[in-house]
Amino acid sequence: MKLSTKHLLGIKHLVPEDITLILTTAAQFKEVLQRPVKKVPSLRDVTIVNLFYENSTRTRMSFELAERRLSADVLNFAASSSSAAKGETLLDTVNNILSMKVDLVVMRHSASGAPHFLAQHIPAAIVNAGDGINEHPTQALLDAFSMQEKFGSLEGLKVAIIGDIMHSRVALSNMYLLQKMGAEVMVAGPPTLIPKYISEALGVRVEYNLKKALQWCDVANVLRIQLERQNQPLFSSLREYSLTYGINKKLLESLGKEMVIMHPGPINRGVELDSDVADGSSSIILNQVENGVAVRMAVLYLLASREN
Amino acid sequence: MKTILSKEQLALTIKRLANQILENHPQLQNTVIIGLQPRGIFLSDRIVQELMKLVDPKNIQYGKLDITFYRDDVRKSLHIASNTDIPFSIENKKVILVDDVLYTGRTIRAALDALLDFGRPSKVALCVLVDRRFSRELPIQPDYLGKAIDTIFSQRVIVLWNESDENEQVMLLDN
Repeated sequence: MKLSTKHLLGIKHLVPEDITLILTTAAQFKEVLQRPVKKVPSLRDVTIVNLFYENSTRTRMSFELAERRLSADVLNFAASSSSAAKGETLLDTVNNILSMKVDLVVMRHSASGAPHFLAQHIPAAIVNAGDGINEHPTQALLDAFSMQEKFGSLEGLKVAIIGDIMHSRVALSNMYLLQKMGAEVMVAGPPTLIPKYISEALGVRVEYNLKKALQWCDVANVLRIQLERQNQPLFSSLREYSLTYGINKKLLESLGKEMVIMHPGPINRGVELDSDVADGSSSIILNQVENGVAVRMAVLYLLASREN
Repeated sequence: MKTILSKEQLALTIKRLANQILENHPQLQNTVIIGLQPRGIFLSDRIVQELMKLVDPKNIQYGKLDITFYRDDVRKSLHIASNTDIPFSIENKKVILVDDVLYTGRTIRAALDALLDFGRPSKVALCVLVDRRFSRELPIQPDYLGKAIDTIFSQRVIVLWNESDENEQVMLLDN
């Protein structure tokens, strides 16, 4: 058994068996991370470059830790402090890095499709760490891992993705993954932040009323409002958004049921999530972060061992 | 195809291995048993069953170790990992590693590396059911041995267990 793909560009092109393989392998790596020595020698002959053309805290640190826990050699690249600022093209930068004998490229880029473009031009395997408003596959995998850990299976699970669906690569990757694994998906948020034909295109439920969405779901994956990707105002004010779509403890208690709250981070506290929810007992946000390392180890391990 | 150990011989061999372990480790004082995933577990399960009849079950500390991430051929082919479960410290313990077939010795090399990441045992011993002697690629020898056989590269040793294969014996296949 091995992955059906050479790169991890998105969830869209994975088959359910790939997802199951990644999640099962991640569970083994999670156990490794509980050991006294949290490190295995699997990829000690592999060199990985982290190309981050866009800011990141969690994802970059999580990838770097995963790489080091697998004993890979790690190169870090941040666009702001590199020759990209002098006008070097993406392909030139990557080819220069690859000529230094790098095996795997982890890339985040603000342009949707950047890793797909790269995959057509270079021999190394590529892991998409988020491309524009397209996909963020490792986030969806770690979300799935966290849900599976909590509920045992994704089959039949009701998941509501709430907030800025339009600009969210996390939302798209999550929708693909959850549907492939047999979960039911709803998107909820203001109409201006939900693509018009999403229900026809992706077969997800659409709900504009936050309370109804929360009543329906077992898990609410709450997204950040991405003001940096909005060229024009799509709602009147953050205060209005938080009054209509913000989740607070009072609202959760009014539902009269147990549910799980997730968030890919960084949280805008007081906008989409109140602190008493983000830090409350329903939240598994820090579990998501913890699981991120194990899931990324699984992805890197499976891609590297696919190379012959 | 040739039978190396029949079902009855296999049962006797396992009993003998359990007794030999006890001979060197009275009452399993300060001793732990660790089976290697995936196929070594069937043997270690049986040995532990035998040991339970011979010593106070409270003295038996039994764990399972998966060595996939420590293999030296990770990049040659994909290996799927199994569970590792060592619910006790191995610091200063005597560890008995259990696997079904000893061949090139590379699995045991990886197992030693994996084991040492859990602590510093005072001694590590190796118990195997079948030793394909003269096929070693590393200087590793068993301390407790079911049966040694002479084989050539193209042959395969198959160990079947009721739990997984609905049959129980050790066979040598010519390919």
